[in-house]
Amino acid sequence: MSTNDLTISSKKSFKSFLGKVVHNQLFIPLVALLLLVLFNLAADWFLHADTSFFQIVLKPSSTGSKILTGNLITIIDNASELALLAVGMTLVTSAAGGQDISVGATIAIAGSTVLRIVKGYSPDISGGKFAVVIICSFLLCVVVSAAFGAFNGALVAFFKIQPMVATLILFTAGRSIAAWINNNDNISINDERFGYFGNFIPGIAIPTPVFITAICLIIIALVLKFTNLRLYAQSVGINSSSSRLNGINPKIIKLITFIILGICVAVCGFIKVSRTSSITYAVIANNIEMDAILAVALGGNNLGGGKFNMTSSVIGAYVIQFLTTTLFRMKVSSSAISAYKAVVVILLIIMSSPFIRRWLDDRKSRREAARVTKAEAALEAAVEVAGDVAADVTADVNAGKESV
Amino acid sequence: MSVNTNVLGGNKLKLRRRASLSDTNLLLIITCIVFVAMYASAVIFLKKGFLKPQMFFNILNENASLIVLSCGMTLVMITGGIDISVGQVTSLVCMSCAVYLVNYHGSVLGSLLIALGIGLAFGVVQGFLVAYLEFQPFIVTLAGLFFAKGLTTIISSDRVSITKDNCPAFDKLCKTEIVVPFLGSVNKKGIYIPAYVEIGVIVALLVVIILFCVLKWSKLGRNFYAVGGNNQSANMLGINVKLTKFIAHVLCGLCAGIGGYLFFLHAASGSPLHAQGAEMNAIASSIIGGTLLSGGVGNIAGTLVGVLSLSTIKNIVTSLGLEDAWWTNITVGGMLCIFLLVQSIVLARRHRNKK
Amino acid sequence: MEDGAVLEMRGICKFFPGVRALENVDFTLREGEIHALMGENGAGKSTLIKVLTGVYPKDAGTVRINGIDRPIHIKSPQDAQNHGIATVYQEITLCPNLTVAENMYIGRTKGPFTNWFRMNRRALKLLDELDIPVNPKEQLGNCSIAVQQMVAIARAVDMECKVLILDEPTSSLDEQEVQKLFKLMRDLKAKGVGIIFVTHFLEQVYEVCDRITVLRDGKLVGEYVIEDLPRVQLVSKMLGKEFDDMADIKSGADVVVSDLNELPVYEAKNLTGTTGIKPFDFEIRKGEVNGFTGLLGSGRSESVRAIFGADRVAGGIVKMNGKRVRITRPLDAMKHGISYLPEDRKNDGIVGDLSVRDNIILALQVMKGFFRPLSRAQAEAFADEYIKLLNIKTASTDTPIKSLSGGNQQKVILARWLLANPVYLILDEPTRGIDVGTKVEIQKLVLKLAAEGKSVTFISSEIDEMVRTCSRLIVMRDGKVVGELKGNDLNQNKIMATIAGGES
Repeated sequence: MSTNDLTISSKKSFKSFLGKVVHNQLFIPLVALLLLVLFNLAADWFLHADTSFFQIVLKPSSTGSKILTGNLITIIDNASELALLAVGMTLVTSAAGGQDISVGATIAIAGSTVLRIVKGYSPDISGGKFAVVIICSFLLCVVVSAAFGAFNGALVAFFKIQPMVATLILFTAGRSIAAWINNNDNISINDERFGYFGNFIPGIAIPTPVFITAICLIIIALVLKFTNLRLYAQSVGINSSSSRLNGINPKIIKLITFIILGICVAVCGFIKVSRTSSITYAVIANNIEMDAILAVALGGNNLGGGKFNMTSSVIGAYVIQFLTTTLFRMKVSSSAISAYKAVVVILLIIMSSPFIRRWLDDRKSRREAARVTKAEAALEAAVEVAGDVAADVTADVNAGKESV
Repeated sequence: MSVNTNVLGGNKLKLRRRASLSDTNLLLIITCIVFVAMYASAVIFLKKGFLKPQMFFNILNENASLIVLSCGMTLVMITGGIDISVGQVTSLVCMSCAVYLVNYHGSVLGSLLIALGIGLAFGVVQGFLVAYLEFQPFIVTLAGLFFAKGLTTIISSDRVSITKDNCPAFDKLCKTEIVVPFLGSVNKKGIYIPAYVEIGVIVALLVVIILFCVLKWSKLGRNFYAVGGNNQSANMLGINVKLTKFIAHVLCGLCAGIGGYLFFLHAASGSPLHAQGAEMNAIASSIIGGTLLSGGVGNIAGTLVGVLSLSTIKNIVTSLGLEDAWWTNITVGGMLCIFLLVQSIVLARRHRNKK
Repeated sequence: MEDGAVLEMRGICKFFPGVRALENVDFTLREGEIHALMGENGAGKSTLIKVLTGVYPKDAGTVRINGIDRPIHIKSPQDAQNHGIATVYQEITLCPNLTVAENMYIGRTKGPFTNWFRMNRRALKLLDELDIPVNPKEQLGNCSIAVQQMVAIARAVDMECKVLILDEPTSSLDEQEVQKLFKLMRDLKAKGVGIIFVTHFLEQVYEVCDRITVLRDGKLVGEYVIEDLPRVQLVSKMLGKEFDDMADIKSGADVVVSDLNELPVYEAKNLTGTTGIKPFDFEIRKGEVNGFTGLLGSGRSESVRAIFGADRVAGGIVKMNGKRVRITRPLDAMKHGISYLPEDRKNDGIVGDLSVRDNIILALQVMKGFFRPLSRAQAEAFADEYIKLLNIKTASTDTPIKSLSGGNQQKVILARWLLANPVYLILDEPTRGIDVGTKVEIQKLVLKLAAEGKSVTFISSEIDEMVRTCSRLIVMRDGKVVGELKGNDLNQNKIMATIAGGES
C-alpha cells in the first residue's frame, strides 16, 4: 500500500511539475528558442554545411583589429535594439494596457537629434572634445525622446486615449519631424569614432551594442528590484481605480512607463545611427514597433495589460532576431522574410491561446468529474457500513429528498 | 415613507425626458462640424479651386480605396477589434491582379474575383483565429500583415504596370469617367469642363451606403455594437459573440479585397510599395470619424467624413505651398491629435455630468 | 420528471481547476413557485445558475425541462433563452452603448432587420406597465444603476419564459423598487412561471418565496418548504453550524469608551466634496465606532470618500489629533493613518490578477514608498499572518485574488488595510454581497478593533447591523447631514424616522 502511494505521489508531483513548467511564462519563448536551435542543427546536418550555423570565429575585420564573427554574434548584436524596446514596451503594455506604435518613428527622431549635434564638429577634434560632443548629443537625444514619450504618455494618462491611437499621432508625424530636425538633409558622419557605438571599438572583439544593451538591461533589472515599479505598473494595469484608492497615482505611473520607453528608444536611436553613421528618415528602424510588440506577445505577456514577465519579453526579442537570421541562412530573400515570419508567429502564438488552455482545463475537469462520481459511489457504500458517523450528514440530504 | 414616494415621483418626471444624444451621434456631429468648417475656410481663404466641385470629386477619386478600407476597419473597430493587415492586403491584391492580367493575360472579371478571394481568405482566416481561437486581434492581423507583405514580394519585387498594350480591357475600365451632371466648371478659355468621378467612387459610395444600412437597421449591425459595448453582456443577452466577431473580420477582409481592387483601378499597377501605411490611414479616418478603438461606438457616415477630412487637410497643406511630404504628415498627425483631444474631453465631460 | 416541475436538475457537477464548485447537486423548480436558492458565498449558487444558463458547460449531471422528454444540453445563453429560461444577473449584463429599447430586445427578435419604430413602441409600453421611468431611446449608459437593473428585469419578464432566474436583482434597488419587483414576481407566479430567486436579504426570502434550496460548499444541503424552516434554522443550514454568534455581537455595542476630554482622532469642519454633497462637520474619537446611514444616494459613501480624499475635495478644515492636516488624495489620508475599504469591491477594491499576497501588502507597500520595496520574505510573512488571522480561504499566497469567493476577497482587502495599521478605519459596506458567516466575523472584528483603541466608521445598508456595531449614527439625506443619533435613540424606528425626515 505504502509503495503504491509513493509511486502515485511521485507520478503526481512529476505531473504537477510538468504543469508548472508548461504554465510558466518562460516556457513559450524558451521552447521557441529551442526549436530554432534544433532546426538549425538539423539544417546543418541535412545541408552538409561547411561551417556550422553556430560557429563563431575570431578574425580580423576591415579595420585590422580582431573581432568575433558568426551567426550567433550577429543575432545578439542585431537584437540589441529590439531587446531594449521590448523592455520599454513591456512596461507600457503592463501599465497602460496598450502598445506604443510610434517607437520606430521616435527612433528616427532620436537618431536625427544625435546627428544634428555631431555633424557640426569636424573629424579632427581631439578625443576628449569628441567625448564631450558624443555625451551631449546622447543626453540631448535622451531628453528629446523622453519628451516625446511623455507626450504619448500624457495623451494616454491624462486624456484617457487608448495607447495605440495616441501613438498613432507620432507614428504618422514622427519621421517627418525627424527629417525636419535636419532640414531633410542626408547626413553622414565621416568620423570613424562615431561608428564605435554601433559596431566595434578597436581591440574589443564583441560588438559594442551588446555591451550597451547589457548595461541597460542590468539597470532595468536593478530598477525593478529596488523600486516598486513592477507592483505599481501591474496594479495600475489591472485595476487603476483600485490602485488610486491605495495611494498609487495611475496617471503618473503610466506617464513614467512611457518616459522609460522613451529613454529606451533614445538608446536604440543612438545605436542605429552609429551603425551606419548616417540616417535615412523613411527607412531607419522601419517596422521595428511590430517586432517589439511581437516580442512582448511572444514572451507570453497579456497585451491587454497587467502582469508581466520582463525576462520573457527580452528572450522573445532574441527569438525574433534568431528567427530572422535563420531565415536569412535558409536563403530567404530579405523582402519575403515577413511571410515566413507570419507563419511562425501564428504557430508560436497558438501555443499560448486561451482557447487551447481552456480546452486542456476542460478535459481535466471532466476526468475529475468521472473520478468523483466513482468516489461518491464508493463513499455511499462506506456510509452504509459506517452508519452512525455519517448519519448527521445524510439526514439532511434525506430530509431534502423526502420533501421532494 | 411618504417622502420616498415623492422622491421617486420626482425622478420619474426628470428621467422620462427626451433621450440625450448617444455617444455615437455626438462624435459624428463633432466630426461633421469640423469637416464643414475646414472645407469652408479652405474655400474662403485659399480659393485655389476648393470651390470647384471637381476638387471635391478629385478627393473622392483619390480616396475611393481608402474609403472602403476604412469602412471595413470601422466595422472591426466597433466590435472592439482591429485589423492592421488591410494595407498590405491591398498591396497584395494589386500585385496579384497586375501579375494575373499581365503575365497570365487573364480577364478583368477574373482579376476581380482574385481580389475578392484574397480579401475573403484573409478575413476568414483572421476572423477564425480572432473569434474562435481567441487570439488578440492585433497580433493575428500583424501576422496577416507580415504574411501579405512577404507574399507580395514573392509574387514580384518589381512594379508591374498595366498599359493599353498589355491589357486593353482593364485600361479602358480604369480610364472610364462618369460625368456628374451640372457640376462642371468653365475654364479660362470659357470651355465647359464636365465634372467626373471614377468607377471606384461609385463602388465606394455603394459600399458606404450598404454598410451604413447594415449597421443601422440589421440585427447583425446592432450585434456588432453590442459585442463592442460589452462582449460578456452580449453573450448573456443571447448574441453569438464569436460568430459576430468572425463576420466583422470577414466583412473587413472583403472590404480590403474591394478596396484593394479600387486601388488597383486607380493606380493601374502592382507594386510592393503600394498602399504603404494604408492601415494607419484607415484607422486614423475611422477615429476622426468618431469610432472609438475601445469598441461599441462608431458610424460609417462618420468614417466617410473622416476620410474626406484627412484628404482635405492634405490638400490644404499642399495648396499652402508646403510641398514637402513631411509637412503633410506633421499636419495629419496634428489634426489627429486635436481630434483625439476633443473626443476625449467631450466624452469625459459627459461621463462626469452623468454622475 | 415529477408532476408540476418545470425544471429538474440532477447530479450536477462542475469543476474549476483546483476547485469543486458543484458536486452532485439536485434542484427542482415547480410551476408557479418562487424558489429561493440560498447559500454562503462560494456555496455554488452562481455556478449552478451559470450552468443552467449555459455560461459554463457542466461536467456531469442532467437537466430536464418541462415539455421535453429527454435531458437537454444547454450550450449557450442563447440556447437557454430558446428553452424558455430567462435570467437577470447580479451584475448588470447589458450593453451600455445601446439604447434602452435595444437592450430589451437584442438577441431575441426574429428576422434579419431591426424595426426601430416598433421596438421603441413596444419597449415604451412595457416600461410603462412596469413603471420604469426611462425613455426607451436613451442610451443605457446614461441611466442610473437602478434603472439599468430594472431594464434587465423588464427584458427577462418580456421573454414569455417558463423559468425566470433572478440572481441578486435587489442589491442596487431601493425599497420602493424592490416592492415593485415583488409585485411583478407574484404576477408572474400567478401565470405559472417558475422563479429562482437568489438574494442575501433574508427578509426578502420570507416575504416572497415558497420554497428554499440550500447549498453549502458546492453540495446540496436540502430543499425545504418555507413554513418549515424558520430564519434561524435557515442560517444555521447555510453556515453548517448552530447560530448563536449574533448574540455575542449585541452585547458588544455597549462597550463604548469615549473620553470627551481627549482630542478627536479625526475632525473635519465644513468639509466640501465635489460629488454633490453639502459641506459637513464630522469628528470621531479614539475607540469609537460610528456609522453613516441614509438611503442609497443620500451621500453617505460620498462623505467618507471625501474624508479619505478619494474624490477631489473642494474645501474645509481637517484636523487629526488637534493638528491641522491637508488631505487631498488617498495617499495623504493613508500617511495620516486613515484606511478606507471601498463600497465597490470589484472595481475599487481588489486588483484581480495580482496574488493574494500582493493584494494584502499593497497599501503598506505604497505607504513605504516607491523606492523601498518589501522583500519577498517579509511580504510572505505578512500575508501568512493575516491569512491566518482573518481565516482567509485561499489555496496559497500566490493565488490570484479574483479566483477567491466574494467574502474571502473582502477579507483580503480588510487584511490590506489592517496591515497598514491605521488609527482610523473607514469601512464602506464591508458586508455587502457576502455570506452571513463572514458578515458576523467582520462585525466582530470591527468591535475588536474599537476595543483596541482604533476609530472605525462603519457603513451598511442593513440597519440592524449598524445598530449592533455603532455607538453613534450620522444620518444623511440628499447629500446633507440631517441628524446624529446615539445612546437610546439608536434603534430601528428612530433611525427610520430620521432618514425619512420630519413628517413621520
